[in-house]
Amino acid sequence: MNKLILGRYFHGTSILHHLDPRAKLLAGIYFIFMLFLADHFYSYLLLWGFTFYVMYLSGISFKIYFRGVKPLIWLILFTVTLQILFTSGGHIYFDWGIFTISQFGVINGLYIFSRFVMIILVSTVITLTTKPMELTDAIHYFLRPLAIFKIPVNEISIMLSISLRFIPNLMDETQKIMDAQKARGAEFGEGSIFQQMKALVPIFLPLFSSSLNRAEDLANAMEIRGYQSNKKRSSFRRLKWHWKDTFCLFTLLLLTASVMLIQYFT
Amino acid sequence: MVMEIKLKHVSADYRVGPMRSPLILNNVDLQIKTGSLTAVVGHTGSGKSSLLKTMNGLLMPKEGNVYIGPYEINQKINKKELKKIRQVVGMVFQFPESQLFAETVEKDICFGPLNFGVSLSEAKKIASEVIELVGLDQSILSKSPHALSGGQKRRVAIAGILAMKPDILVLDEPGAGLDPEGKKEIMNLILRQNEEFNITTILVTHDMEDLARYMKDVIVMDKGKIVYHDSVRKLFENPKLVSDWNLDFPEARKLQLKIEQEFQIRFPSIALTEEELANSLIEVGLI
Repeated sequence: MNKLILGRYFHGTSILHHLDPRAKLLAGIYFIFMLFLADHFYSYLLLWGFTFYVMYLSGISFKIYFRGVKPLIWLILFTVTLQILFTSGGHIYFDWGIFTISQFGVINGLYIFSRFVMIILVSTVITLTTKPMELTDAIHYFLRPLAIFKIPVNEISIMLSISLRFIPNLMDETQKIMDAQKARGAEFGEGSIFQQMKALVPIFLPLFSSSLNRAEDLANAMEIRGYQSNKKRSSFRRLKWHWKDTFCLFTLLLLTASVMLIQYFT
Repeated sequence: MVMEIKLKHVSADYRVGPMRSPLILNNVDLQIKTGSLTAVVGHTGSGKSSLLKTMNGLLMPKEGNVYIGPYEINQKINKKELKKIRQVVGMVFQFPESQLFAETVEKDICFGPLNFGVSLSEAKKIASEVIELVGLDQSILSKSPHALSGGQKRRVAIAGILAMKPDILVLDEPGAGLDPEGKKEIMNLILRQNEEFNITTILVTHDMEDLARYMKDVIVMDKGKIVYHDSVRKLFENPKLVSDWNLDFPEARKLQLKIEQEFQIRFPSIALTEEELANSLIEVGLI
C-alpha cells in the first residue's frame, strides 16, 4: 500500500517545487513528445542527461524514483524483449527460427526501454514536486478553452480535484480496515488467485459503503454552502506565471534545438 | 489460561512511503497480569493505539520483544505463530462497526472463527452464544448489519471479536461516538467479560469519567513512552501528575478540589464518583 510512488507529493523547497504547475505540465508533455521524435543514440544520451539533471534538481533521492519504476519493470522488459526478438536489419548476432537478434533490434530495444523509463521518471518528477491541487488547477486552465464546445470543464475539474483530494483518506481507510480484518484472522495475498480475490471482499465492501456515505455527505455539504457549477467561481489558489517558468520552457526549446542538430548532422 | 503481556524495550515507528515517522513507541517496558483490567490514556499521538497494535503483531516492534503468554513477537516471527497470537489477542478497533461486511450478522460474526479453522456448524453455535453475551436478541443474527442502529452495530462488531474466544481483549475507544446509554452498555459488557471469563482487558479511553468509574489500573502515555502505570486512584490523588500530562479530573474530583480550595479544608479520601463525593462530604461534616 505504501509502495506506490507515482501520484504522491513530496514537500520540498527546490526550484521545481516553485515552478508554475502549468509550466511543469506543458514541459512534461512536451518532453514526452520529444522522446518519440528522437531516434539517434546521442540524442537519447542528451535526453537521459536532462532527465537525471531534473531529478537531481528536485532534491529527492534517486532511490525513490527507481522505486517508482520497479512495479512496471516487467511490462517494460516484456516489450523490450519483443522488440529485440522481432526487429530485423543490420548485423545479425543470433538466429533461431522466427527469433533473430539483430543490430537494429537491440538498438530499437534500447530506445524503447529508454522511452519507457524516462516517461515514468519525468512524470514522477512532476507529480512528486507538484501538489495534486496545483496540478488540477493547471489541467483546468488548459481545458478552459473547451468550454466553447459545451464541455463541462468546471465539473470535470472539480471532480478531478475531489478525487485527488480523497486519495489519502481512502488509503488510510483501506489500511485501517485491512488491519481490522487481519486482527480477525484474515490473510491477504495468499493461496490461489480465487482465494486471494475472495479475501478482498471484507475490505472492499466496507470501503465502498463508507465512500458512498462520504460522497453523500460531501454533496450535502457543498449544497448547503451554495455550490453551483454553472456560476463563475473565484479561486483561492491563483496561478502566477514568473520569468523562471518562461525560462523552464526556454530550456526545453534549447534541448529541442540540440536534439535536432544532433539528428541532422550525424 | 495464563496470558501475561510483557513488553521489553519495545520501540516502533510507521513507514509512510519511503519515509519513516519518528519513533511512535520509544523503549517501552510493560507488564500486565492475567485477568487484569487496564486503561490506557494520553494525548492524541502519544502512542496509545500503537501500543495496542504491537500486542497482536499489527505493528511490529523495530527493537525489543513483545511476549504474549508463551508467544514472542519480534521481527523474525513466522506467519503461523502470528495468526495464533491474533486469535489469543482479540482487538477491537476504533469504530469497529466500519469493518462489518457480510450480508447477515451471523456470517459476519462467523468470519473470525472460520479464519481460525473452526468448522461452520461450530462457528454458528459460537455466533448464537456471543450475540447473547453482547446483550442482543437471537433474531438479529439473520438481519443485515447495515439495518441495525449504531449501538447495535458496535455490539455486533465486538461480538465478532469475542467469537474468536480470545484470552486477551484489546479495545481502542470502545465507547466513542455512542450516546451515554449505549456507552454505558458497552462498558458494562466489557466489564462482564473481564469478570466472568477472566479475560485480560486493555482499553484506550479519553473519558475520565469512564476511567474513574470502571477501571482499576491505568497506563499514561506521553510522547511514545509509558510515564505512569499504577492504580487510577493514585493518579487522581496527585494534581501535579494530572496537569503535567494534560489529563483532566473526573467531575466529582474536580468539585472536591474546588471545595477544598474554597473552604480551606482537606478531604481525608478522594472521590472519583458522585457516591464517593457525597460520602466524603458527609465525612467532613459539610452536609
